[in-house]
Amino acid sequence: MAIWLDQNTRVVVQGLTGKEGQFHAAKCREYGTKIVAGMTPGKGGSSVDGVPVFDTVAQARAKTGCTASLIFVPPLGAADAILEAAAAGIALIVCITEGIPARDEVLVRRALQESGARLIGPNCPGIISPGKAKLGIMPAQIHKQGSVGVVSRSGTLTYEAVDQLTKLGLGQSTCIGIGGDPVPGTNFVDVLEAFNLDRDTDAIVLIGEIGGTAEEEAAAYVKANVKKPVVAFIAGQTAPPGRRMGHAGAIISGGKGTAKEKIEALKAAGIHVAATPADIGVTMARALGKA
Amino acid sequence: MKVHEYQAKEILARYGVAIPRGKVTTKPEQARAIAAELGGRVVIKAQVHAGGRGKAGGVKLAANPDDAFTVAGQILGMKLVSKQTGPEGKIVHKVLVEEALGIARELYLGVVLDRAVGLPVLMASKFGGMEIEEVAAEHPDAILKEHFDPCQGLQLFQARTLGFGLGLSGDTFKKFLKFVTALARAYNETDATLAEINPLLVTADGDVLALDAKMNFDDNALGRHADIAAMRDLDEEEPLEVEASKYDLNYIKLDGDIGCMVNGAGLAMGTMDIIKHYGGAPANFLDVGGGASQERVENAFRILLSDPGVKAVLINIFGGIVRCDMIAAGVVAAAKKLKVQVPIVVRLEGTNVDAGRRILAESGLKLQPADTMADAAAKVVAAAKAVAAP
Repeated sequence: MAIWLDQNTRVVVQGLTGKEGQFHAAKCREYGTKIVAGMTPGKGGSSVDGVPVFDTVAQARAKTGCTASLIFVPPLGAADAILEAAAAGIALIVCITEGIPARDEVLVRRALQESGARLIGPNCPGIISPGKAKLGIMPAQIHKQGSVGVVSRSGTLTYEAVDQLTKLGLGQSTCIGIGGDPVPGTNFVDVLEAFNLDRDTDAIVLIGEIGGTAEEEAAAYVKANVKKPVVAFIAGQTAPPGRRMGHAGAIISGGKGTAKEKIEALKAAGIHVAATPADIGVTMARALGKA
Repeated sequence: MKVHEYQAKEILARYGVAIPRGKVTTKPEQARAIAAELGGRVVIKAQVHAGGRGKAGGVKLAANPDDAFTVAGQILGMKLVSKQTGPEGKIVHKVLVEEALGIARELYLGVVLDRAVGLPVLMASKFGGMEIEEVAAEHPDAILKEHFDPCQGLQLFQARTLGFGLGLSGDTFKKFLKFVTALARAYNETDATLAEINPLLVTADGDVLALDAKMNFDDNALGRHADIAAMRDLDEEEPLEVEASKYDLNYIKLDGDIGCMVNGAGLAMGTMDIIKHYGGAPANFLDVGGGASQERVENAFRILLSDPGVKAVLINIFGGIVRCDMIAAGVVAAAKKLKVQVPIVVRLEGTNVDAGRRILAESGLKLQPADTMADAAAKVVAAAKAVAAP
């Protein structure tokens, strides 16, 4: 078992006809993901690598029975694409797009609370259940099927952590990038809840960074609910206050959101905090008594 | 993106936020003319992107137009050093000349995105003039908060709740309702990330005005606000950061001596952290993005090496979708073209890593390969120390 995504999930790619969409959809298919439809307004009736393209998500859903969507559309059109997927009844929406205005994310979040659809991202690498399917842009080959759940606000730093786990023989159940924006569709606590309930997830890696209070909320949730070992790393211990470190959400403002506060909260919750990004894998191995 | 106080006030006024009468200028003679127009007694305020201007001598009262000429002359061109500018300070190029108003009360109003709730929040306090962080630390109960849905905007009952909470009444209360509603609308419609009025002035006559105003805007939304994007003042930004932004590179200058080039923001922060862990200090944050093509690597190299403080460079790339051999070829070509002299430690991991490492080894360049992030950090810290103390 894995969470939210497996080999049976049927997927529509919004923006399949674009360069990014086509490239990554092909990689997802190679990995075994059921990409059953594409969607680009005005390109309905065409096809990409044998996958039929529709004008609307509703048509794609009616014709192919897709229940998940992978979004590659430019930032100012991304909120619209997410809302279209939700309106068509898509249950799992993964938005890769970076650079969406925060106000659009607030509106999307409000709308999705009513529809019940799950949004992963935006500004994220997506989700992969190793050995089953991937819905995102992460390099598949570094993953290995197993029982560690990984959740992260970062892309390449997650690859780094996954690579360390795999090299130590620690496979993953599902890896989810929740994205680096201030108002993500899915937060740490949502993923922790799912990993906590998943019988095939035995341990959890959480990778946070400066800005906001998502890590503190995760720590409180773990302390109250999670018995599985949790390993964390917080990026940005050396970041200056008031500066946006690449990700829109990675900013220490008004003295809040520092790595120090987050690390203290995580440690107080009994979470094993890796001292450096090079120690994430080995910290997990130790927590599992395998090193 | 940050704007100056005078620009923030100009934007707020469009939405009906009450501001003092005033004009911006770069010349003392004009300051004299503006003061005469405003009736003589004015406040001259340095326009720089930093707080703490008052204590730094950047805000002064002038009793009459001649005085305004003298004071503006003192402030224009001065190097303003405050807690927020750092020791290097900022040169003042513009001053705002505003009517001097009698102060009865000073309050605080601010709008930000509350990330934990996922909604904008309007904050108000009786402690005008104090930084909100200080108020939060010393008088946490004194901060009134109203979250609002951007679709519906701030509701009138919420504005009333804030007004009553601040102890306002009569005509002032009514003016406050209009003010706070306009402020919330301005924040919402301009895609602001911060709209702060500190202090909010209540005059002896019961008028409510923005004595100071600060607005920051969402960089991701500037594409739909050409008027605001045009307010960007490059003089206020670090020149290397301006240069990097031309190539869509995320570069932030720091104080250390180890230049960093990394793909991905999280990994870039993690790389800075591990350098510190091994006793070094990063000279910058630099995310070259997922692609890391030769052209991007070349521009990144050029920018991070223009910082004279850089004694060694660490390149840390996790090649995922992008192959390591392509990245290695890009690094070699860029280093040769730019005749890079400082020691470079390269850590590549991911797809086709062996081919990538071979290209680096056979390049003829003095590149130090590293296997892990820890190995890379230890090597680059040692290299920087060797350069610093030969």
